[in-house]
Amino acid sequence: MSLPLSGSQTVGPYFSIGLSPLCSEEVASGAQGEAVIVEGQLLDADGAPVPDGFLEIWQADGDGRYIMNKPASSAAEAVGFGRIRTRPDGSFRFATIKPGAVPYDAERMQAPHLVVLVFMRGLLRHLVTRLYFPDEPANLTDPVLQLVPAERRSTLIAQASGKPGTLHWDIVMRQPEANTKPETVFFAW
Amino acid sequence: MLETETRSPQIRPEDPPGSQPDYCYPPYASSVLRAPSQPLVVLPHTLSERTGPVFGHGLLQPNDNDLTAQHAGQPLGERMLVHGRVLDEDGRPVRSALVEVWQANAAGRYLHKVDQHDAPLDPNFSGAGRVITDDQGRYQFRTIKPGAYPWGNHYNAWRPQHIHFSLFGAGILSRLVTQMYFPGDPLHALDPIFNSITDPRARERLISRFDIEKTEPAFALAYEFNIVLRGTNDTPFEEGKR
Repeated sequence: MSLPLSGSQTVGPYFSIGLSPLCSEEVASGAQGEAVIVEGQLLDADGAPVPDGFLEIWQADGDGRYIMNKPASSAAEAVGFGRIRTRPDGSFRFATIKPGAVPYDAERMQAPHLVVLVFMRGLLRHLVTRLYFPDEPANLTDPVLQLVPAERRSTLIAQASGKPGTLHWDIVMRQPEANTKPETVFFAW
Repeated sequence: MLETETRSPQIRPEDPPGSQPDYCYPPYASSVLRAPSQPLVVLPHTLSERTGPVFGHGLLQPNDNDLTAQHAGQPLGERMLVHGRVLDEDGRPVRSALVEVWQANAAGRYLHKVDQHDAPLDPNFSGAGRVITDDQGRYQFRTIKPGAYPWGNHYNAWRPQHIHFSLFGAGILSRLVTQMYFPGDPLHALDPIFNSITDPRARERLISRFDIEKTEPAFALAYEFNIVLRGTNDTPFEEGKR
């Protein structure tokens, strides 16, 4: 039996009414590992900030394990999950740990990465992307990154921000014009 | 369960045409500047995509499943029970799935600072609820019927009556945000968000069914809304075979 999937619809402008309780900028929720803060901005096709969007993060712990054995009773207990609203200037910030490498298949490993879901008013179906870490040799052999055209891979790799322990990563819905930030790679899922 | 098993990543076939909205759908004006222009990169479903967060009943507050009982008095509007099942594509119940809902009040006004529609707020209605599905994938909550409301998409644009739904399934790619509509609403044909799903059969699946069997006599009407989420292409593991 194969049932047709329910169709997606936009979260609209008022999602915070229903989705606030799970909002948390603390993603690691106590998991041990190398602490990292991610800061960035969500930008639309005019290069304008998106103040009415949110991200959801899903990631492994420091040992590369996805924690599904402890049903979370609060956002703060959800290890590896975060829901982060953008601010009026389109910026976002969350605290987590760098995940360990996780398997791709029986032979190959993936470079440390976060799965990132993007939701906003105007988006009829959420988008899926990934955040990878800078100065990570495993990026060169990551099987998913290799599927991305080489000239676009950098949009998935966060950059050192100059602040200790803090990475910068913008999400650009579409490049407004040449010499501006390139469009982030999104995945068909 | 610690998810550490390693199966070969699967590529998912494309969804049937018209069954999901395109990112850029110009009749919905806000979609134009917020849609990617480059082709999406096809993502194999690895362990990262097959896993996802799990939420427990400790997350729920009293009356999260009764939007008519969250304040001292009763909200205005038609009381109703909304219920249904959450299934995966194979028809299996999605157990312990977190369902988050939000909606306008009976006058078509959201309790949100951005909503400037000149209709009254209801001091007895916040419009937010949460439930977790049972072992058969069933959920239900009590609320009032939301009103239609105008919006700025085009001249004389009105949203049909609807309730927003957000769901978590077996893996992070089972995630779904959608809207539940009501049968017989004349605004369906005029609404670009609803019509962004271009297959009429797929649109029909977002319209709830009036359910006389589940009405609470002399108290509340009832609507049934069933939801199908992506599975994780899992063949269930038998004990001891991992």
